[in-house]
Amino acid sequence: MIRVALAAFTAALIALPVRAAVEIEEITTPGGFTAWLVQEDSIPFTALELRFAGGTSLDLPGKRGAMNMMTLLLDDGSGDMEAQAFVEAREALAARFSFEAYDDGLAISAQFLTEFRDESLALLRQAITEPRFDEAAMQRTRAQVIAGIRSEETDPDEIARRTFDALAFGDHPYGSPSDGTVESVAALTREDMVEAHARVFAKDRVHISAVGDVSADELATILDELLGGLPETGAPELAVAEFQLEPGLTVVPFETPQSVAYFGHEGIARDDPDFFPAFVANEIFSGAGFESRLMQEVRVKRGLTYGIGASLVPKELGALILGRVGTVNARMAETIEVVRDEWVRIAEEGVTQQELDSAITYLTGAYPLRFDGNRRIAEIMVGMQVQDLPIDYIATRNDQVRAVTLEDIRRVAARIYRPDDLHIVVVGQPEGLEASN
Amino acid sequence: MLHRALAVFAFIFAAQAAKPAEVTSFTLDNGMEVVVLEDQRAPVVVHMVWYRVGAADEPRGLSGIAHYLEHLMFKGTETTEDGDFSRIVSENGGTDNAFTSWDYTAYFQRVAADRLPLMMAMEADRMINLSIDAEAMETERQVVLEERATRTENDPGSLFSEQRRAAQYLHHPYRIPIIGWRHEINEIGLEDLQAFYKAHYAPNNAILIVAGDVTPEEVRALAEEHYGPIPANPEIEVRDRIEEPPQLAERRLMFRDARVSQPYVVRSYLAPERDAGDQTAAAHLNMLSEVLGGASATSVLGRALVLDQEVSVYADAYYLGTSLDDTTFTLIAVPAEGVSLEEVEAAMDAVVADFIETGVDPAQLERIKTQVRAALIYGEDNLSGLARRYGSALTSGLTVADVQGWPELLRSVTAEEIQDAATLLLDRNRAVTGYFLPLEDPDPEVMQ
Repeated sequence: MIRVALAAFTAALIALPVRAAVEIEEITTPGGFTAWLVQEDSIPFTALELRFAGGTSLDLPGKRGAMNMMTLLLDDGSGDMEAQAFVEAREALAARFSFEAYDDGLAISAQFLTEFRDESLALLRQAITEPRFDEAAMQRTRAQVIAGIRSEETDPDEIARRTFDALAFGDHPYGSPSDGTVESVAALTREDMVEAHARVFAKDRVHISAVGDVSADELATILDELLGGLPETGAPELAVAEFQLEPGLTVVPFETPQSVAYFGHEGIARDDPDFFPAFVANEIFSGAGFESRLMQEVRVKRGLTYGIGASLVPKELGALILGRVGTVNARMAETIEVVRDEWVRIAEEGVTQQELDSAITYLTGAYPLRFDGNRRIAEIMVGMQVQDLPIDYIATRNDQVRAVTLEDIRRVAARIYRPDDLHIVVVGQPEGLEASN
Repeated sequence: MLHRALAVFAFIFAAQAAKPAEVTSFTLDNGMEVVVLEDQRAPVVVHMVWYRVGAADEPRGLSGIAHYLEHLMFKGTETTEDGDFSRIVSENGGTDNAFTSWDYTAYFQRVAADRLPLMMAMEADRMINLSIDAEAMETERQVVLEERATRTENDPGSLFSEQRRAAQYLHHPYRIPIIGWRHEINEIGLEDLQAFYKAHYAPNNAILIVAGDVTPEEVRALAEEHYGPIPANPEIEVRDRIEEPPQLAERRLMFRDARVSQPYVVRSYLAPERDAGDQTAAAHLNMLSEVLGGASATSVLGRALVLDQEVSVYADAYYLGTSLDDTTFTLIAVPAEGVSLEEVEAAMDAVVADFIETGVDPAQLERIKTQVRAALIYGEDNLSGLARRYGSALTSGLTVADVQGWPELLRSVTAEEIQDAATLLLDRNRAVTGYFLPLEDPDPEVMQ
């Protein structure tokens, strides 16, 4: 019989190992593009990440869904190739491209083999700069998007999220689903695609990172060829999303056994000087894993849910703190009570030294584990640029986490957790809940 | 002029270029199999223990017990408290979780490489010393029921899939849902859980997979230290489940739910799985699924139904070859606006019939083979994915050699073999066809 003493486990809390150094290079190409690069030639491929600022928030009034649909069409015919020819060419090179529009950006992820690098990039360049927006491809994509919207319309999670967003941001693009409505998508024209393309694809909107089997000189050449043909500027700056959510409880009746709730209020911006204490506080309150207060109180102690969490959502034009929980209709009222109580507790009492120590150990220990693949590292590096973080952020980030004190958390928690401002949207048939507005 | 600025960080990559994903395997004296996947690019390891037990190994009437037990494995042992496991992983900067399927139950942690001994100590502890507290068990039952509500009952697509599976397997236990039927989750008792745990959790029913910044020598020494002392369970035998009888009648389902807004049709055929040393038929089916499904613009179903005939907005095919017993080969079509499920199904059947007649476009096959080769290269960038591939294969009766030989086998498949596989398999009289529909309009006359 094996016996393992608990003491043996906790004794293992020691500093993470320090490994041999690696270089992140910042390069500026002759064409004027700045990119972050890690050379890693043990696997013969490269991961390239591009982010064009703006994303679906660049949709013009009445054209909701244009950016999303334009983005989907990039893989559906360009240059002299119709959809089939384009995809055949990409498959023959085993290149992987993904195009995705989200609230604040348009993300392009590409992975290509070293042996087919030039051909793969020529194809990517064609997709970005010469999309065809053929009528047939538009009809097909439109039908797919509408089918997706229809499916979402009867998904309780989607309904809850949309209701919350609409209450929070009203007519601002943040207030409506980025794929648009059946009506808005049905009305989109080829001109709308061209317009959306021109609004987002511009030299002054792009952030770039690459990791893999490529040198700095090679990357510079690649980027100038890939992006050199883009115009200098795109759409003008976007308006800030005004936060309109009043405190209260909204119930959207929907026949389903388990109610879904979204809850939260206005959040904290990424560049706020208190962001680090807020981030650590949120990890303790509602972070991933079983250790957070919400998971402990709602799932572990009471068995009210399979999963509960709440995140800081600092978007470019407006910030939220937003949580989600699903629980059977009969127990949603109790679940919400527990969430409210926890909101009050952290706002009034902050956290304990032990909670803070555990969170710091976890966050600082987990951070280096993220850097475990070319693609992951490329994503992290481009994300840093989007958030305007310095290139040495990776080296200083853990120190910033460690610098957070109990007093910082007490001050910031009182500021960012505002129980009186909570708005809860419940979709389902919750028992014993009265909507307040 | 190329400008370069340098920022040097201390802990990301090892400086030496390592040869990625070297695979070593061996067996401990107590029968525990060990697979080591070396990747020295980052000072990280994934530590996994896979048990050869899943939902298809549950006693009749206790569906969901394998998954319920998986939840309770985090609830403490004779010397540790409820929640200690994940808390300690977390305090060491790691993440952990577990998952259950029909053929396996697996536990994993992702940690800094120097925390591997600690993970092994804890995982070995709960392999033999699990202690189930009656009160924690009841609370966790509620969590599992909520999980069932989240995953299945709140999602008509999942309910549909659960019904189709029960129709697919008349007899074989793959017919039950992994999470279990609600009324049976309610009935599982403490003794049931303890008996299930004792019967299946043992080193000779487990596979240890360690992937990342380790050497096989280090893993062997640590595994012998932590798992080695646990005695084998002599009662454990090779799984030999009841067999599915031949299907003699076409099976059709109509699933209606008020929450359905986008109908579709799914057809699934009972199909052979990958067997140790005998993966050829599965390789043919795998390539068949690649030819029929995949990108709309280039796949057989997509080109015909979505591009040419415009009767569908999405059409696909998939095959799940990694399975201990007979698996399924599936076709799906989502009709275009104004097209009925009957029409899109007829069109799908016509495409299949035509494909059986005319066979594979050699250029398409060549492209697929290039991608199979590339997937090996891209796959090395995702160590967790690679570790999962080995774990699911080994708990499905395959060997390390089978996993390593699979890509080459796929690349050797010929157009004729794919066509023959289609001819043999794609008979709807030996399949389940399901319609996913909104509620019937109670009074269609009103619409006119």
